[in-house]
Amino acid sequence: MYRQSRWNEPLIFEISREGAIGHVLPALEREVFSELKEALNEIPKEMRRKELNLPELSELEVIRHFTRLSQMNYGISLGTYPLGSCTMKYNPVINEKLASLESVQNVHPLQDQRTTQGSLELLYKLEKMLCEITGMRKFSFIPAAGAHGEFLGCLMMKAYHKEHGEKRRKVIVPDSAHGTNPASAKMAGFEVNVVKSDETGCVDTKELEKIATEETAGLMLTNPNTLGIFERNIGEIVRIIHDVGGLLYYDGANLNAIMGKVRPSVMGFDIVHLNVHKTFSTPHGGGGPGAGPVGVKKELQEFLPAPTVEYDSATNSYYLDYDRPKAVGKIKMFYGNFSVYVKTYGYILMMGTEGLRLAAEASVLGSNYLLSKLRKLKGVGVPFDSGQPRKHEFVLSLSKLAKDTGVRALNVAKRFLDHGVHAPITYFPLIIDEAFMVEPTESESKRELDNFAKILSEIIDEAYNEPMKVLGAPYNTSVGRINEVKASHPKTLCLSWRMYKRGRRGA
Amino acid sequence: MKNKVFSHPFIASSTITDWKSMLCELKIKSIQDLYSDIPTKFILKRKLNLAGPLSELETFNHVSRILSRNISYRDMSVFVGAGAWLHYIPAAVSEIISRSEFLTSYTQYQPEASQGMLMALFEYQSLMAELLEMDVVNASMYDWATALGEAGRMSGRLTRRSEVVIPRFTSPDRRAVLQTYIDPMGMRIVEVAKSKEDGQIVLENLKEKVSSDTAAVYLENPSYLGFLETEVDAVAEISHDAGALFIVGVDPTSLGVIRPPGDYGADVVVGEGQPFGNPVSFGGPLLGILACKNDIKMIRAVPGRIIGMTTTVDEMQRAFVMSLQTREQHIRRGEATSNICTNNALCALASAVYLSLLGKSGIRELSEHILAKTKYAIKIFGSIDGVDVPLFRAPHFKEFAIRFKRGQADEVLRALLEHKICGGKSLVPEFPELGESVLVCVTELHSKQQIDNYVETLDQLLR
Repeated sequence: MYRQSRWNEPLIFEISREGAIGHVLPALEREVFSELKEALNEIPKEMRRKELNLPELSELEVIRHFTRLSQMNYGISLGTYPLGSCTMKYNPVINEKLASLESVQNVHPLQDQRTTQGSLELLYKLEKMLCEITGMRKFSFIPAAGAHGEFLGCLMMKAYHKEHGEKRRKVIVPDSAHGTNPASAKMAGFEVNVVKSDETGCVDTKELEKIATEETAGLMLTNPNTLGIFERNIGEIVRIIHDVGGLLYYDGANLNAIMGKVRPSVMGFDIVHLNVHKTFSTPHGGGGPGAGPVGVKKELQEFLPAPTVEYDSATNSYYLDYDRPKAVGKIKMFYGNFSVYVKTYGYILMMGTEGLRLAAEASVLGSNYLLSKLRKLKGVGVPFDSGQPRKHEFVLSLSKLAKDTGVRALNVAKRFLDHGVHAPITYFPLIIDEAFMVEPTESESKRELDNFAKILSEIIDEAYNEPMKVLGAPYNTSVGRINEVKASHPKTLCLSWRMYKRGRRGA
Repeated sequence: MKNKVFSHPFIASSTITDWKSMLCELKIKSIQDLYSDIPTKFILKRKLNLAGPLSELETFNHVSRILSRNISYRDMSVFVGAGAWLHYIPAAVSEIISRSEFLTSYTQYQPEASQGMLMALFEYQSLMAELLEMDVVNASMYDWATALGEAGRMSGRLTRRSEVVIPRFTSPDRRAVLQTYIDPMGMRIVEVAKSKEDGQIVLENLKEKVSSDTAAVYLENPSYLGFLETEVDAVAEISHDAGALFIVGVDPTSLGVIRPPGDYGADVVVGEGQPFGNPVSFGGPLLGILACKNDIKMIRAVPGRIIGMTTTVDEMQRAFVMSLQTREQHIRRGEATSNICTNNALCALASAVYLSLLGKSGIRELSEHILAKTKYAIKIFGSIDGVDVPLFRAPHFKEFAIRFKRGQADEVLRALLEHKICGGKSLVPEFPELGESVLVCVTELHSKQQIDNYVETLDQLLR
């Protein structure tokens, strides 16, 4: 039986020991040290720091503390992590080695460009690869994550329409879209129109026809969509939006299913973002850093933010181009999450043309195979089941199970954790009741997929026979079921050690 | 060869046995059947034109060969900062953040299985909160600039006002990002003058510029040009009297010696956490800090993830979980405080380990170390003929501007490079009023010998 480590580890502040030190800085040279007193005296007294309540620990105590914490954390290197739309695939370890090279880590972004030719060459070559994969003309590496890329994409839509003398106020997103889509459009100053899905789980083109107007700046779409279904009417969708003068934005979260088989450009998309921490295997690091490069067609390339990475054949050198008069405003410092792109580049090289296509196919095969096993289980529904094959992910509804047994998708998810497998995404997309969204990825073998199916089958049996057992889950994780309401209630809200101390004093 | 299945190390199901038995189970002949719903006109008729597949060894050689065209600070003296700073990273930091349990995990959607990262992020928030003397720090933003952009938006939402007042010597890059972020809300930037002598914000001018339209006043301390702002209490008072928020931007490495912004009335603090355990990596990833006071209205306006401490349902154990998720895009969609979800969590973890290692005395020592070195560098630069330094009569920390009396900044920097010295960032395009100036940065990584060598070389060049 799986058991996650349980360390009862106190907070770092609670194991502080007065006088302990965990790291020593080099001693100041005599001539430098002799400046310290005067330097301190120059700072007006009222501008000097008085107290500093940081903990004090030896190096081993720090290592032990965080190593113990790591043992209470589940990662893809421990087991299946089938979060839908998150594409938790294997993160090749060689890429970590590459990203920690001296020539990656210790190169400053503002060094003279003649001393950063390696970084620029890598980005330039990676750009060509991403263009080939997506069919886009040009990329910006600046966005730090997918959502950041969406924000940039929306700003570019605005700039494009402005250039054409238009002020379009609305962006359309499907009801099955990722939450970031409407949030990004709003951030960029657009109103959001929601288009409903039809009975097959795809964008309702009749309704889209009604919503799309001369006010429409663009449509943001994931394809395959979040139900794992390919929007087969994409040609029609693109026509409707382009006919009213709008732009098509491709949310690349689900590109994994169609890499090397369908290019967003051919479908008619004008702007694309990629989530390299999904599709191109860079580790998600428990919440980031990722990267969300944005590519565009020819007509939009002048709006990409400065700087872009260029090559000058006359001098055989690479350079950053800031001379971009029509570029949208700056969205971040420097040129993007460079060390993440080193991993992206390494991954694409190791996959190659054949590998990327095979990864897409294997992710789709594995997903359909798993679905074929799960759909036979009692209490499990497959909404929007029109016979269309799923792509890299699929969404089940556990509403019958919930009705029959009182065991909800949430409870099933918690019980999964007891088996040493991470749970899928639950309650998304919002258009499905008791949604259970599974993306196994190509990294899982048939054995792992069979294991997943077996676990769900066991949990369902349990739900029908001993529902209380499932409702009380999880049991084998480092803590039992967490009170999440308390964590957000104003009376019990505790967001830092400072708030905790103050709360205790107040009590 | 078309569509032949081959086994790839990263694709577990690419064995002939797995592949065939899954196809068989699905009662299909070919994987193409699962793509049959895609109209053929969209299917790529050719193969992608990419290099590879390469083996691990070939990849390592190929990538490291390209990157060998970079010159890192090991092979030359790099005195440039301006948004990302070279610092030493203790080995323990690298050891912890490369643990695959942390590295290969996702956002903590199942907190019971992700207590390690949640607790570490709570500790990051807590350590940073102590350093800033603020109550709430979010789990990270992309960088200082985007944190400022979001803080500007926060101020607009909270006050329903339209102007952010900032001093002349604000980082131009951060200013540009702030502009991009607040523009869609119909907000704009208003500039306040700075004193030419000591760089301090001109309070009379600030009073003129704030009004009932002012959503926030933003001040960087130490400033972009490295000098300390000392009239912070007055700036806070003027901001608050106008009903505006006071936003402070910090390089947190200064806070071992300099008064923390929470102590002088900051409502929101932003900053760059990269110096705490994260490499500069050609500019990314960095670590955006965003903090606020314990005020529920303010907290509800904060963008991004915040980790909270709670208990298990049975109240037997302490536990950690993402708090106040109803602010966020996956619940609130278009009405969310921001679109940010993936942030820079692993960089925040590095910071937490760094702050734990250095601790109370180490952080103080770090600040003092940099302060002394800055003072020393200014003195040595001042000892040669060809430069004016400091340009402002104020204490400096980590960075300072020098002005060349003769010659152009760009030319001097290029000449320095011939001597393996990356001398700083030219300020000419950003602040032409400062003349032929360069922003120079020193940290604990720069030895006295390197500084002396820079000054001697410069002296030769300017003769």
